Amino acid sequence: MELYEYTVHELVEKLEKGEITSKEITESYFNRIKQIDPKVKAYVSTLEESALEKAKKVDEDRKSGKAVSKFAGIPIGIKDNMCITGTKTTCSSKMLENFVAPYNATVIEKLNKEDLVYLGKLNMDEFAMGSSTEYSAFFPTHNPWNLDRVPGGSSGGSAAAVSAEIAPWALGSDTGGSIRQPASLCGVIGLKPTYGLVSRYGLVAYASSLDQIGPITKDVTDSAMLLNLIAGHDEKDSTSMDIEKKDYTLSLVNNVKGMKIGLPKEYIGEGINEEVKKSILEVAKKYEELGATVEECSLDTGKYATAAYYIVACAEASSNLGRFDGIRYGYRSEKFENLKDIYRNSRSEGFGQEVKRRIILGTYVLSSGYYDAYYKKAQKVRTVIKKSYDELFKKYDLLLTPTSPTTAFKIGEKSNNPLEMYLADICTVPVNIGGLPGMSIPCSLDSKGLPISFQLIGNAFEEEKIFRAAYTYEQNTNFRQNKPTFKGGNE
Amino acid sequence: MTISEEEIIHIAKLSSLNLSKEEIKKYTVDMQEILEFANMINNVNTEGMDETIATNKKSNVMRKDEVVKFENQELLLQNAPSQDEGMFRIPKVLN
Repeated sequence: MELYEYTVHELVEKLEKGEITSKEITESYFNRIKQIDPKVKAYVSTLEESALEKAKKVDEDRKSGKAVSKFAGIPIGIKDNMCITGTKTTCSSKMLENFVAPYNATVIEKLNKEDLVYLGKLNMDEFAMGSSTEYSAFFPTHNPWNLDRVPGGSSGGSAAAVSAEIAPWALGSDTGGSIRQPASLCGVIGLKPTYGLVSRYGLVAYASSLDQIGPITKDVTDSAMLLNLIAGHDEKDSTSMDIEKKDYTLSLVNNVKGMKIGLPKEYIGEGINEEVKKSILEVAKKYEELGATVEECSLDTGKYATAAYYIVACAEASSNLGRFDGIRYGYRSEKFENLKDIYRNSRSEGFGQEVKRRIILGTYVLSSGYYDAYYKKAQKVRTVIKKSYDELFKKYDLLLTPTSPTTAFKIGEKSNNPLEMYLADICTVPVNIGGLPGMSIPCSLDSKGLPISFQLIGNAFEEEKIFRAAYTYEQNTNFRQNKPTFKGGNE
Repeated sequence: MTISEEEIIHIAKLSSLNLSKEEIKKYTVDMQEILEFANMINNVNTEGMDETIATNKKSNVMRKDEVVKFENQELLLQNAPSQDEGMFRIPKVLN
């Protein structure tokens, strides 16, 4: 078995026993990246030199008996919207193509404390706006299960990298499904933590009231371990919650007896692909076999979530992206005569089509005459949806839905139809609207050999229940026996 | 409800974006379609509901207003498209 095939918890064990070195793991990954990434195109940039240097140092420390973190020397891939000092952070945008981060994101500070090794920065839809990674200004990423199909998005690079085993685990960010939907389409585990659990400091903002960083991993155990590393209050992010530090690995219990799971009927009905639906019902049956109670319920306000989401998210984006003016950092147009020209020309040349579309939509819903009808109304609809969840969580521990209404679609299939692309998020967006945690777990392959995944949604700050149920499912099933085929892709 | 090309041009101006003729056409059609979809929120009864500003009920987090020195000024300024002696260079604003 090659080193890149192991999960992180397996690698940690081997490192602890002295069976392998960080240098060996890191080299194994870079060899694999050179072999596989030209097909998948998950990485925007790789950091081979600094990674090998770090691996070497960690190996020396470990050898000399110095106290090191148990994760010291474990490689990781980072979505290219999180800042690592001295390293390019492009957001897959021409606007930030040459931006070198002058500081570390808080999640990076936390990973540095554990001496993790950065393999590189992973591709995404420009500024995290998209559901297919086709809106990257550089190149689209390909789905390892079928190279002619999208990996999902916006964290498509992160999900494809873990799936293709060119990163053992990765960080993504999720505003309307950007961790869970690509994880689903690539057949890996993706967790969006509760809003406020992980600091957003150093994450390039898209929609600040919805954005959250989270782990993309091969299995549930790795997910709990990575969340342990990144969760926690940060005074640099005033929306991060000051709650007691938890050890999520304690929730990795193979037992769901007594758990109550709600199955919202709206998410196994119209608009959901038949194979996906069938698969979700099988998951429900499996949970019943394992001793949980699964009951059909209703989340009828969920259908308004996508509409409310695109109003709120674009409004916040139009404001957040106001900072890109060609003055202090980022792209500056060469055509200008005055200051206003710099602003307009730099923004017009630096932003891609989807980013401009969302800025225009956001500016529109915030503009005089439309603010009340759209933005204010959408914020109230958010409250209504949140209340629906509150009611459901009085009765249920978790909710079970598909993660994505379909499996991976073809590259080019939706990229010219924005509304159709937005509807790829119907199962994931309501979770962000409510600020709740959600995890995507792969469960089967469809008739085309593409991964189908289910989503477990928990109440705020109840990630433990998600981990317990996801772990139990994983221990009693065998999705990971399937491997991506890398078929297709005739370029 | 229909959106005109003039409205898109106005919104683009507010957003500090120049749009080409093709972009104006495309975005007018896109906005029309997206807003028609978004209008479904009007079917939700929101009477007596507050707006959700943040989902985790935190508001007005206060801290002391203390100056913290940013240690990496050089790296920060390296990102400026044009700079001079620790300052950002821009074209003349006043005549």
